[in-house]
Amino acid sequence: MNTVSPYILLSAILFSMGVIGFLTRRNAIMIFMSVELMLNSANLAFVAFAHQWGQLDGQMFVFFVMAVAAAEVAVGLALIVTVFRSKKSANVDDLHQLKG
Amino acid sequence: MTSELIVFIVLAIISVLAAVGLLSSRNAVYAALFLILNFATVAVLYLMLNAPFLAIIQISVYAGAIMVLFLFVIMLLGAERLNQAAPQPGLRWQRPLAIGLGALLLIQAAYVFITRFNSTTVAPNLIQAGPMEIGLKLFGPYLLPFEVTSILLLVAIIGAVVLTREK
Amino acid sequence: MLVVVLGSLPLLAGQNLVGFANMTALDGYALFLDGLFAIVAIVIVLLTLRYNQDRGIMRGEFYPLLMFSAGGMMLMGHAVNLLIVFVAIELLSIPLYILCGLARPRVDSEESAMKYFLLGAFASGFLVYGIALIYGATGTTQLSEIARKISAKEVPETLLLYAGAALVLVGLSFKVGAAPFHMWTPDVYEGAPTTVTAFMATATKAAGFAALLRVFLFGLAPLASTWQPIIAGLAALTMIVGNLVALSQTNLKRMLAYSSIAHAGYLLMGVASGNAAGTTGVLFYLVSYAFTTLAAFAAMTSLNTAAGEDQSIEAYAGLFRRNPLVALVLGLAMLSLTGVPPTAGFVGKYFLFQAAIESNLVWLAIIGVLTSVVSAYFYLRIIVTMFMREPVAEPQPLSTANLGRSVALAITVIGTLVFGILPAPLLQLVNTAVTAFGVTMH
Repeated sequence: MNTVSPYILLSAILFSMGVIGFLTRRNAIMIFMSVELMLNSANLAFVAFAHQWGQLDGQMFVFFVMAVAAAEVAVGLALIVTVFRSKKSANVDDLHQLKG
Repeated sequence: MTSELIVFIVLAIISVLAAVGLLSSRNAVYAALFLILNFATVAVLYLMLNAPFLAIIQISVYAGAIMVLFLFVIMLLGAERLNQAAPQPGLRWQRPLAIGLGALLLIQAAYVFITRFNSTTVAPNLIQAGPMEIGLKLFGPYLLPFEVTSILLLVAIIGAVVLTREK
Repeated sequence: MLVVVLGSLPLLAGQNLVGFANMTALDGYALFLDGLFAIVAIVIVLLTLRYNQDRGIMRGEFYPLLMFSAGGMMLMGHAVNLLIVFVAIELLSIPLYILCGLARPRVDSEESAMKYFLLGAFASGFLVYGIALIYGATGTTQLSEIARKISAKEVPETLLLYAGAALVLVGLSFKVGAAPFHMWTPDVYEGAPTTVTAFMATATKAAGFAALLRVFLFGLAPLASTWQPIIAGLAALTMIVGNLVALSQTNLKRMLAYSSIAHAGYLLMGVASGNAAGTTGVLFYLVSYAFTTLAAFAAMTSLNTAAGEDQSIEAYAGLFRRNPLVALVLGLAMLSLTGVPPTAGFVGKYFLFQAAIESNLVWLAIIGVLTSVVSAYFYLRIIVTMFMREPVAEPQPLSTANLGRSVALAITVIGTLVFGILPAPLLQLVNTAVTAFGVTMH
C-alpha cells in the first residue's frame, strides 16, 4: 500500500466508537476505557501521518500522549477508587449529590 | 491486492470487533480484555507503519502496565458486574444523540477516505524509528516536553497517594 | 517563589525569543500572562491558608499541586507548538483534578473531582485527535509553520485541516467552559473547595483563552474567514445560556459558575473578532475578570467555618450589618461583573464590544449588551440581599479575619477599582503584549 488512508479510516472509526462509548456507558470505569480508546485511535492517526510525511515527529507525539495517558490513568483510577469507597458504586448516575 | 492490504484488513476487522466488544460487554473485566486486544492489534499496525519502537511501547506500557492497572482496580473494587439499569429520564436523549454523533463522525471519515484514497502517497524515504533515533529526538529537540512529562508523572504519583491514603 | 517569578518579569520584558527547538516563545504576550497567573496564584495561596484551616483540609500537598498547575498555565502562555499546548493543558488539568478532590471525604468534593476528570479526559481526547488531523494535513505541529503552509496554499487537504481545527476548538471549549460544552462547570465549581473553584474560574479560563488565541489567531489565522462565524456563534450561545440559567440559581457558587460561563462568552466574542483590538480586549478582560472574580470568592470564603459552608444566597441576607467590609467587597465584585463604571469590568467589556463592532460583528455586540442587562438582575439581587434584607434567624458564624485573607481582599479590590478608574497603565502593558503577539490579520 502506498497510502495511509485505510489507517486513517480505521482510526476515525475507533475514535467515533470511543465517543459513543463515552456518551452511552454509565459506569465510570467503562467511560474511562472509552477515553483510552479515543486516545489510542489518535495515536494510530499520528503514526500513520508520520509514515505519510516520512517524519519522526508524529511518532514523538505518540510517545508523549502515552506518557500523559499513564499519568491520567493513575489519577483517574485513584479518583474512581475514592468515590467507590464512599458510595459503593462506580455508576455515574449515582452521583446525584450535585444536581446537574 | 497486496499481502499488506490483506493483513491490514484482517487486523482492522479484529480491532473494530474488539471495540464493539468493549462497548457492548456487560462485564468490566471482559471489556478491559477487549481493549487489550484492540491495543495489541494497533501495535501490529504500528509495526506495519514503520514504528517498531512504539509498537513495543504500546504492548508493554499501554496493553501491559495501564490495562493491568485497570484490571487491578476493577477486581479490587469488585465492580466487574455492570448493572445496566434503565437510563434516567433526563439522560434518555443521550443515547440517540451519541449514536447520531458517531454516525456523523463516520460519514465524515468515509468522505475523507473516498476523497483522499490514492491521492496521497507515502514519503518515499523510509525513516529509521528505532530506540536510538527516538532517544536522540527525545533528548534533543523534545527535551522540554520530556521534562514537563516527568513533572506530570510526579504530579500523578502525588495525586494517587493523596487521594487514596486513609487518614 | 511566586513573588520571585513576578519580580523577575520586568527584567525579561521587551525580549522576543523562541527557545527549546522553537517550541516555546518568550514574548510580551507570554510574560503578560505569566504575571497574571502569578498574581492569581499568590491571591489563592493567601486565601487558602485560612480556608483550609476553617474547613479542616490539612493537606500540605495543596500548595505544590497549585504550583504545578500554575506552572502548566505559564507554559501554556509560552507555547507555540501544538505538542506544548497539549502537554501544558495536561500539566494544568491533572493537578486540578486532584485539588478538586482534596476536601475528601466530603462526597460532593469527590464527585466534583470525578466529573471534572472524566470530562477533562474526554476533552483531551478531542484535542489530541484534532492535533493529529492538523498534523496530517500540514506535516507539522509548529504553529508558525502551520500558518505559513496555509498561507502558501501548501495544504491540499483542507477538509482534514478543518476537521482538525474543529476538534481542537471543541477540546479547548470544554476547558474554558463555553456552551454547549459547559455542562460540567456548575457541578464541579460547586463541589470543589472554594479557593480551588476561584483558581479554576480565573486562571484555568485565562490559560484556555491563551491557547485559543495562540492557536486560532496565530496558527490558524489564514483560515479566519472560516472559523470566525463558528466562534461568534459559540460566543452568542455561551452568553445567552450562561446569563439566562444564572437567573434561576439559588446557590451563590452555582450562580458564579454560570456567570463564569457567561463571561467565557464575552471573551469568545473578543476571539471571534480576530483582530488586534479583540486580542487587547481579551487580555484586558482576563485581568479585570480575574480580579473581580477573586474578590467575590475571597469574600465568600469569610462565610466558612468548620461547621460547613452555607452557599445559598439566603445565607447572605443582612451580611452588611454583620460584616460591612466583606459585604462591600462582594457588592463591588457584583457591580464589576455586571459591568458598571467605574469598575474594571466596565472597561473590559467596553473593549470587547468595541472589538466586535470593529470586525462587523454588530449583532454579537448587541447580544452581549442585552445579556449584560439581563445579568444585572441576578448580580444586583445579591447586593439587595446583603444590604436591604434582615439576617436570617440563626446566621452562620463568620470566619474571623486573618492577615492572609485581608491582604488578598485588598489586592483584588485595588485591582478592580484601579483598572476601572485608571485603565491606561494596564492598557499600555496589554498593547505591548499584543504587539509582540503579532496579530497579522485584517
